[in-house]
Amino acid sequence: MSSINVPGITDIFGKPVSEKTASENYLTHGKGIMSWLLTLDHKRIGIMYMVTVLTFFLVGGLFAILLRTMLLSPEPLLAQAGLMGETASNNFYNQSFTLHGAVMVFLFIIPAIPAILGNFVLPLMLGAKDVAFPRLNLFSWYCYMGGSLFFLWVLGKGIINLVMLNTFGVDMVPIWGHGGLDTGWTFYTPYSTGEDTGGAVVAATAGAFILGFSSILTGLNFIASIHMLRPPGMGWFKMPLMLWALYSTSIIQILATPVLAITLLLLIAERLLGVGIFDPSLGGDPVLYQHFFWFYSHPAVYIMILPAFGVISECISVHSRKHIFGYAFIACSSMAIALLGFLVWGHHMFTSGQSALLGAIFSFITMFIAVPSAIKVFNWLATMYGGAIRLSAPMIYAMGFIWLFTIGGLTGIFLGSLETDIHLHDTYFVVAHFHYVMVGSTLFAFLAGMHHWWPKMFGRSYSEVGAQTAAWLIFIGFNITFIVQFVAGAQGMPRRYATYPDEYWIWHFLSTMGSYVLTIGLFYALGVWIHSLVKGKQVAANPWGGNSLEWHTTSPPPFENFHGTPIGTDPYNYDHWHFDPELDGYVLREEEEPAEAERTAPDRAPQPA
Amino acid sequence: MTTATSHPAPDGHDDHGGHHSPHLAHHFYTMTQQVGSAKLGMWAFLATEILMFGGLFCAYAVYRALHPEVFLFGHYFLDTNLGAINTAVLLLSSFTMAWGVRAAQLGQTTLLVTLLALTFLGGVGFMGIKYVEYTSKFDHGLGPAQGIYYNVTTEYSDGNTAQVKRYLVPNSAFIIAGEGDIKYGVGEPTSDQLHQLDDALHYHEKYALKSHADEGLHKDHAKAESGKGDEHAEDHSDSQATPAFSGEADPHEHLVDQSFTPTGAMVTSAVTDTRPPEHSAMALATNGSFGLSDTFEKSGIATTSVSSAALEVGFYEPTLWDTLTEREQSLAYQFFSIYYCMTGLHGLHVLIGMGLIAWVAVRALGGAFGPEYNTPVDLVGLYWHLVDLIWIFLFPLLYLIH
Repeated sequence: MSSINVPGITDIFGKPVSEKTASENYLTHGKGIMSWLLTLDHKRIGIMYMVTVLTFFLVGGLFAILLRTMLLSPEPLLAQAGLMGETASNNFYNQSFTLHGAVMVFLFIIPAIPAILGNFVLPLMLGAKDVAFPRLNLFSWYCYMGGSLFFLWVLGKGIINLVMLNTFGVDMVPIWGHGGLDTGWTFYTPYSTGEDTGGAVVAATAGAFILGFSSILTGLNFIASIHMLRPPGMGWFKMPLMLWALYSTSIIQILATPVLAITLLLLIAERLLGVGIFDPSLGGDPVLYQHFFWFYSHPAVYIMILPAFGVISECISVHSRKHIFGYAFIACSSMAIALLGFLVWGHHMFTSGQSALLGAIFSFITMFIAVPSAIKVFNWLATMYGGAIRLSAPMIYAMGFIWLFTIGGLTGIFLGSLETDIHLHDTYFVVAHFHYVMVGSTLFAFLAGMHHWWPKMFGRSYSEVGAQTAAWLIFIGFNITFIVQFVAGAQGMPRRYATYPDEYWIWHFLSTMGSYVLTIGLFYALGVWIHSLVKGKQVAANPWGGNSLEWHTTSPPPFENFHGTPIGTDPYNYDHWHFDPELDGYVLREEEEPAEAERTAPDRAPQPA
Repeated sequence: MTTATSHPAPDGHDDHGGHHSPHLAHHFYTMTQQVGSAKLGMWAFLATEILMFGGLFCAYAVYRALHPEVFLFGHYFLDTNLGAINTAVLLLSSFTMAWGVRAAQLGQTTLLVTLLALTFLGGVGFMGIKYVEYTSKFDHGLGPAQGIYYNVTTEYSDGNTAQVKRYLVPNSAFIIAGEGDIKYGVGEPTSDQLHQLDDALHYHEKYALKSHADEGLHKDHAKAESGKGDEHAEDHSDSQATPAFSGEADPHEHLVDQSFTPTGAMVTSAVTDTRPPEHSAMALATNGSFGLSDTFEKSGIATTSVSSAALEVGFYEPTLWDTLTEREQSLAYQFFSIYYCMTGLHGLHVLIGMGLIAWVAVRALGGAFGPEYNTPVDLVGLYWHLVDLIWIFLFPLLYLIH
């Protein structure tokens, strides 16, 4: 070993590492933009996803704020402001909510946890050097980028066209053609097969199709990695729950996404060739589109939430300093949700004229899927019970997740009941419900995971006070924004309307105010991260005292993740880690370290799948 | 439990206790692990392919269940022989592919390249036949999605008018008129089907059938050729006065003859017709035991063509144009839409498979594969078998409908 030690960077035993080790990590392994764009390193691909996904989140978020601001007035706000006519203002609203929904769903929520956190931590948790197919992993990112830019180009162009034409009197169509979509993120027929939107439907669905490939290939990669790359000592039921969550997510990704792909292809064929599968004027059935769409998109809801469950399981256990409660139940409930998630799509169509029997069956399975979800919540609470809870930023987000997911889940029961759904269908109640689940839960889990693994990703600490302030702002802002929408929806305010009767004004006003708080909180969190990157101190290898394998390497990890060959043990047994106040992190007690023979696996052959 | 810090591996390529194949990627420990991952990944990918086609099969099932007559009607336009040959070609190429994988495992490079070339040729043959099929369909006006109709008002010389809908009807050799509306049909029924016609006769009382090439098909042709549409219309009302099914048919000049080559044609379907009933519809013989084919024979129409139409009419009530709702009428092309979507997507997969086979063959020429390393051949083989398998389902579902 080199005798020159660099102060600050320590290994898992709390000892300073050699200069060579300290200066060589995945961030410094290559220089220049091409070393990133052509990298096969899962960690760098994860970071590239982080930058791009967050950028699109910003775009989607800005449109959310725009929508909420427009809803401050019961009349078309842009028309009142004299910026454009009423029709143009309403069109602007319609295109904006489509862009907001589509960007948030396809470009942010679906890839957020699997593609950013999953890519980064999955091989580390497996003690592996990379995912099973690194080149495919990079290809996924390019698919994501290609699809996203396609998507944004088309949707954004339409909105710019609209503003330029109606506010400034400049017709942009001769310059760059039509664009814009007002079908909502679901591309429902007959909206999407209806009047000509200048090829926007075809272009946007083609973008979503390409994005689907990104999702499929990532899922495939994770499945192969989890099957084949588990280290010695890590049987299926010794995997961190994050891996179970990613595994069940991946199953949905590879089984559901192809159905969306063919649906979108048929929609494109419908528009280009007029094949008449979905268009009633050509003999098709628009409800078939809904069936196809939700056969993907309901499981896709679980693509959004299952990885969140994984993150929360990790955070709750590590930050409660207590072994996870009911490991097997949490693991199996992930799989149960993945399978049941394929059988509930019809609950989106209770009012689409499906048969009463079908409605009742879908309603029943929908109620049933609450069971595995509740199992998770109870196990998390039981994990926290009696634990030494550390109210760090990840833990605040994780506890916020439980709160929001519970509200989101319980209101889902209202919507899963046939009778109440007739009243609540397509109202703000639905909007509030799915925002609680998709935004509240997934976003909170994403932020919990980001703060939890941030030190591992960049080797730097962030301002704990700043992060916690942001967490509270986001939590309060989110609840103000959406809890009032339950009321508005129950009183009959329909979703996707640009204008509304005056009596709903107070709810819209409160909701908009809440969304401003939420926005401030999110920007605050972003500021904390940027501050950390610029001014953050070097952190210990294991700042939280976790025992899953990603904490068994330096922060940030070296290019090939580990300096040796890690061995899987119980990821939730924290007994050997002891807090070192000097390092502000946890170290492994050498005397408790297992003997060399135990640590070095004699056989490197993969575990049986 | 922990990282083995005593196991320093600056570049990560330390020896794990065995020699490394040059094909072993840095993040795998053994070839077994690498090959296993690759195979698992491929199988998972094939699962996604199946689900993707699953969407199409689902659309097929839904529409066939809803409108079996449309599918039965449509499938007569497909050439079963060509489909069967294509099935054989693909099965054969799957065989050469499987043999090729074996050759790769045994390191028989020459044999491997030969077999891959044969497999590739199988793909070429399949796509060639598909090209022939598609071309003939397009030539007959059977492209995807041509069930678009529009309304035309025809004014007859006697002052009566007819509001007609025009459909681009596939391959019409004749038209059947009933209650002022017009049906179409075509195909070459087998003798079995001709026998089954007897069962269809319960329709006789309800619907008038008329071989009616003049009103739709020939009228349009004639209009296009000479612009003498009115004259034909007049002709047509005269000819309709003759009960074609009474056994004393007047085989007038516009009827289809045996030499008529079926092509896609415009067919008109009357929506409103101000002419007297006897002008717009034919009386039909009510003799229940009297085979339709006989009727048509007596009226001098190409028997085989007409019979299959009658078969359609007989077995499936909705095939009768006027019993269909507008929506159902426009469904006539659903079959072809689904046919093109399914075979088109499958054809795309064949092309991708051919590209992969060519790539593997080029690598095999360079001696890349042997007992130690043959994963690409294996995986491409799996893909090719899937493409084959999907066709095995497509063929009966599209070509062999009963």
